[in-house]
Amino acid sequence: MSGLKDAGHLFRFAGLFVLAFLIFLVVRHYIVPKSFGQYGHYRGAAMGEIAAHPAKFAGHDACETCHSDIADKKKTGKHAHVNCEACHGALYQHVAGPEQPKPGLYQRFLVMVGKAIPPDPAVLRHADDPSTVVPVKPDTATLCVRCHTASAAKPKGFPQVNPAEHSNGMPCETCHQPHNPAIDAGGAK
Amino acid sequence: MNGVEGFMYPNEIGLQWSVLIVLYPFITGLVAGAFILASLERVFNVTAVKPTYRLALLTALAFLLVAPLPLQLHLGHPERSPEMYFTPHSTSAMAMFGYVYLWYLMAVLVLEIWLDYRRDIVLMYQNSKGLLRMVYGIMTLGSTNISERSLAIDERVGWIVTLIGIPSAFLLHGYVGFIFGSIKANPWWSSPLMPVVFIFSAMVSGIAGVMLLYMAITKLRKHKIDVRCVDTIAMYLFYIFIIDFSLEMLDLIHRIYEADESFRSLNFLVHTQLFIPHIVIQIMLGTLTPIILLGITQVVKLPEIARKRIYSVAGCLTLMGIFAMRWNVVIGGQLFSKSFLGFTTYKIGLVSKEGLLVAIFLTLLPLFFLWVLVKLLPPWGENTTHATAGD
Repeated sequence: MSGLKDAGHLFRFAGLFVLAFLIFLVVRHYIVPKSFGQYGHYRGAAMGEIAAHPAKFAGHDACETCHSDIADKKKTGKHAHVNCEACHGALYQHVAGPEQPKPGLYQRFLVMVGKAIPPDPAVLRHADDPSTVVPVKPDTATLCVRCHTASAAKPKGFPQVNPAEHSNGMPCETCHQPHNPAIDAGGAK
Repeated sequence: MNGVEGFMYPNEIGLQWSVLIVLYPFITGLVAGAFILASLERVFNVTAVKPTYRLALLTALAFLLVAPLPLQLHLGHPERSPEMYFTPHSTSAMAMFGYVYLWYLMAVLVLEIWLDYRRDIVLMYQNSKGLLRMVYGIMTLGSTNISERSLAIDERVGWIVTLIGIPSAFLLHGYVGFIFGSIKANPWWSSPLMPVVFIFSAMVSGIAGVMLLYMAITKLRKHKIDVRCVDTIAMYLFYIFIIDFSLEMLDLIHRIYEADESFRSLNFLVHTQLFIPHIVIQIMLGTLTPIILLGITQVVKLPEIARKRIYSVAGCLTLMGIFAMRWNVVIGGQLFSKSFLGFTTYKIGLVSKEGLLVAIFLTLLPLFFLWVLVKLLPPWGENTTHATAGD
């Protein structure tokens, strides 16, 4: 017993650890959100919150519903796989009108299982008048060079130019039609 | 705007990890190294280094308290840092480090210091007044039992704690090397030797740091420096430094021989931007010079004053060299593009959140903590002899 008595101070130190651990558990109980770990190492409720964000991109399917002539032209050219909104910007509002509906349950489900939000026809409804949000026509003099300025890091087969030497200051669309940029495809229209 | 030569990906132009991330492994290295020095006396019975035992422990604690601050400042939102304890992420090395840090702080350093000082704490509690008495009273945890038997128990438990502390110190600093060594996208860092190099460089810096602190503080206290003690420390420093240097050279030779796709880019970097910090400061001034100086003291019988001067110079150069090593790892690893086609530059700010002044402040802060600890728990007492509990 005297051994235990002489080791009493060690029990006090150990007691401090136990006390700190208990406080930790209590604080943890109140601080960690209830939905934490529901799907992984994050707050499960965050999924719904993110899914509730208003959509910004409509997706090329939505654009091609009206602009089928452009889609036809584009699919035969080098830019076939460049999505419309990559150059024209996010245009959900143009498609759906200025009033943005809240994402539907299906959209939320897709987000929950980790898939991207697809253009949902029920959600991406046409506004009565898409002209309420009119997209600005991109300036090809600044737009094209974003991808086509020569850089050592780009693959050799990728068309790249020194813009100043290549066009002599003229906008790219003078010779290249952006939706189908090969010169033999017709140039500016 | 950083100066860029050749091609850099946009997210490589500005460095993500600043001088504070250089400071972090430097500080934790001092902690691990100081603890290893303390364990020499406690576990390995190197009685000659006894005068530095307690100072080494307090140094380790002072630096360990400051170790997370560079990370807190770099990351911002310090209020979020407890989250890594509340929601432990077992597959994230960085997240698990919180536990390593806490273990090392509480279960190793604080416990060992408390056990070692318990007799003194009780005596100081009984002989002090006012606020100081209250502080010592809290530190006794309400137990004033300093019977021979209870002190013998402390001795044995303290020995076990030190024994556990050695792998813990390796884990603490090995982790820092692991963080860099495991980044496979960065050829400057990605090497399984990195944790081992970090551990040995930590031992070198910690031993040099405590040796310098001991000499400086003893001089300031106008006491006589125990030359046998600094001779022994310098001898260990010399041997461990040779191992550290050999490992670093092994890593370097391996890279040169392997000469993978990153080699030309890294080789160019070492011969241009990193020439001064890596070749001149780290290898020539910070490694070879102190090894030669310490080597001279091992083979030539020099007078006491000359040896002390050599130890001071070698110690300072060692710390500079180890800091340069951290700098070259952290900053050097971010100066080249992962495309191997370009380089950026790092310009340290002066008064920014991660600038020079903050770095200097964080370097000096542990010394202030050490001053407070030394005032509170004087390491110079007679009661620093340990029975050979492990025998």
